[in-house]
Amino acid sequence: MSISNQLKNQHLLWRAAFGPMAENVNELSDTSPQNLYALLLKASSKTLENFNVASNLFDGLVKGVRDVVQLQNLSKEQKQMIRKQSRNDLKNLNLKWLNEMINSEAQLREKTSLFWHGHFACRVINIYFQQQLLDIIRKNALGNFGNMLREVSKSPAMLSFLNNQQNKKQHPNENFAREVMELFTMGRGNYSESDIKEAARAFTGWGFNIHGEFVDRPFQHDNGNKTFLGKTGNFNGDDIIDILLEQKQTARFITNKIYKYFVNENSDSNKVETLANGFYQSGYSIKKLLEDIYISDWFYDKKNIGNKIKSPVELLVGIRRLLPMEIKNEEIQLLFQRVLGQILFYPPNVAGWPGGKNWIDSSALMLRLSIPRVLTNANEFLIKPKDDDDTMMGSKTEENSETKGRQVYTEVDWKSVLKVFESIPRENLAEDLSNLVLQTQSKISKNILEKYIDKGSRENYIKTTIVELMSTPEYQLC
Amino acid sequence: MLFKRREFLNIGSLATTSLMMPKFLKAFETKGMVPPGNKVLVVIQLSGGNDGLNTVIPVTNDIYYKERPRLGIQKDQSLLLTDEVGINPALAGFKNLYDNGNLGILNSVGYPNPDRSHFRSMDIWQSGVESNEYATTGWLGRYLDAQCSGCGKPTQALEVDDVLSLALKGETNKGLAVKDPKRLFNTSHSKYFKDISADHQNGEETVDYLYKTMSETLSSAEYIFEQSRLHQSSQTYPATELGKNLKTIASLILSHINTKVYYVSLGSFDTHVNQENQQKRLFTELDGALTAFVKEIKDNNRFDDVMLMTFSEFGRRVSQNASGGTDHGTANNMFFVSGGLKQKGILNAMPDLNNLNEGDLKHTIDFKDVYATVLKKWLGADDKSILGKQYDYLSFI
Repeated sequence: MSISNQLKNQHLLWRAAFGPMAENVNELSDTSPQNLYALLLKASSKTLENFNVASNLFDGLVKGVRDVVQLQNLSKEQKQMIRKQSRNDLKNLNLKWLNEMINSEAQLREKTSLFWHGHFACRVINIYFQQQLLDIIRKNALGNFGNMLREVSKSPAMLSFLNNQQNKKQHPNENFAREVMELFTMGRGNYSESDIKEAARAFTGWGFNIHGEFVDRPFQHDNGNKTFLGKTGNFNGDDIIDILLEQKQTARFITNKIYKYFVNENSDSNKVETLANGFYQSGYSIKKLLEDIYISDWFYDKKNIGNKIKSPVELLVGIRRLLPMEIKNEEIQLLFQRVLGQILFYPPNVAGWPGGKNWIDSSALMLRLSIPRVLTNANEFLIKPKDDDDTMMGSKTEENSETKGRQVYTEVDWKSVLKVFESIPRENLAEDLSNLVLQTQSKISKNILEKYIDKGSRENYIKTTIVELMSTPEYQLC
Repeated sequence: MLFKRREFLNIGSLATTSLMMPKFLKAFETKGMVPPGNKVLVVIQLSGGNDGLNTVIPVTNDIYYKERPRLGIQKDQSLLLTDEVGINPALAGFKNLYDNGNLGILNSVGYPNPDRSHFRSMDIWQSGVESNEYATTGWLGRYLDAQCSGCGKPTQALEVDDVLSLALKGETNKGLAVKDPKRLFNTSHSKYFKDISADHQNGEETVDYLYKTMSETLSSAEYIFEQSRLHQSSQTYPATELGKNLKTIASLILSHINTKVYYVSLGSFDTHVNQENQQKRLFTELDGALTAFVKEIKDNNRFDDVMLMTFSEFGRRVSQNASGGTDHGTANNMFFVSGGLKQKGILNAMPDLNNLNEGDLKHTIDFKDVYATVLKKWLGADDKSILGKQYDYLSFI
């Protein structure tokens, strides 16, 4: 079976971006994937606008405090208020970024940023820190990996999450050094425990001040000689990062992770090695690495198409890209993220979201299957999320108090969807819709579909077919 | 044993569905009750960090009363287990279990380098790894993996909840989260799913995996629902969420399902403020539900084969705070409830309040030792392969 241009382009859009928009479907058969990729790249090269969702209240509290006293001197109530406000602001940051993934033209940048958001996983509730880290990631998502690594490593978010503020000459804290090597650069098994200890000594003194700025505290830095990955010298944190970037293994580790995320869960060691060589030789140009993948022929091989389980965020954003809609109670999307196991800014731990089949268990799958109907107002949402003690502080919130149906108020802009299919004869509709919605070779048989869809009008036929096609195991994949 | 009439009727209605009943949920071939000796574990997660010191109270310890002038529970208020140890007054049912030799209390359970974040510490407890390791599977999920490699009749684990906990996720096998089997089955557009499932042709690996998960879920939900109706409970359970959940679990244990692990949560025990009322309310719910559950299991002669175990992600600080509560701490106690305990009562020394780590209890027992013991001695599983190393066995089972 030959693979149609449309399928190839949709494949590119699902992997490099968040999936096709119904409005674009007619353009998908004409252009080549290589051209489409050039367009994606161009749309992502515009200057980035940073997010700022920190509320005035939070701003006032923290900034006011800066001038008068140290944060530590706040009363317990004030501290609690700041934390609460910060959590609320984080929700807004979540929704803001989600909207960007849905609506932004810079699809390539936002999608690649989502990858880095999982790679540089960080779970702190300070809204400033999280905003700053997201800025670093989005700014560098298609840039230079070395620069991003260095900026992330000096961000208050990561320094505080990995306890480097406590990493001092007299009492080294190895957490930061360990994770930088294990998760951010080389991967487990490529260095010794002594390398970790030595690197931790080099990172002593790295911290941040109350203004959320990186500081190198000379009195807490260990100025002795360190032996790290075979080299000896009076290294500081920057030297350690340089040495890590000199290691071919770092290019290999990152490339392998990128291959598994964007191409295929089962990585191909020959391809990864070739890609990693190019990545390394380019001095860690992420753009180059992605280009080597997306303009290759093998990326569009049958075995790479429609085999990847969408993450909850990809699933949700993908639905909303195909079907333009307005959600009145936007926060419901946070609940979806929570029950499906991927809340932006709340990775499970420093290792990020494991992905793949880990997204799927019996209840998660049934929930995923129900979401298209919920979002198009066919069903109520009947799920009670687990309590989150980190955010609830022992109190019951409304969303956790009762298992009751939750209506999601959405308005789908069906008009613009219907318009796309205007010229398609009725007998071809089912197949055309299926080819647009599903990336898998496995399809839903027309006979079964027709039992469940509304054949009353052409309009309803299209609407219900799309929703039923989305409510399938096939739609979980891209 | 003959079919009871009600069971007979139900099995009639199951005739069609049993064709697609997943292998793992098939009833034992013997008609009638599950064979004796088939051990069942019920894990009750006390979410939020239960205050262990006000659960099992050191009623003669001056430091305890000094550190908790407002929150400390007086000796004459507590239900005395021994001269020196009392139990929280809201746990009268536990006191009864203690008196009958059906309760084990293990003190000072924790792990090295404790983490005080709810999320992370719960992650550590549920995955059953060291605090500097990150696992994507849970200890009971890996138990399922180990049990099921190559066996024809795999066992299953059920969580009574809408969302599955990490604890029950294995590499290849995962537990089933079912809050309300009837709802899962009825409201999930199941006819459509069954139709597309029946029509699906195997071919692509991930699609097949999703179809397998979907059809197993649907048929399990239906089967569990039918099974849970076979046994009509003779007990009145309190009208609480845990009461309802333990009733579901009891009815399944007493049905023909070969499920060995049940998992359920109660919370939130995160008592930073106004601890007394909140803990009392939750303990009352726990005590009432558990008392009804134990009575029912006992009446059906299965108490020797059923063990309940409680845990919390951490205990709380020894000193009370200024808001009538306590803040996040470290080591904590665990309860074990069964008719089949080898050792009963207070299983080890009470926490040493003279020997604290910056105001927090030091653990004397690693929780992985408890897991190893439960896996090996109760569930008959290979704890070493499940936990990744050999932990020490305790002797209460």
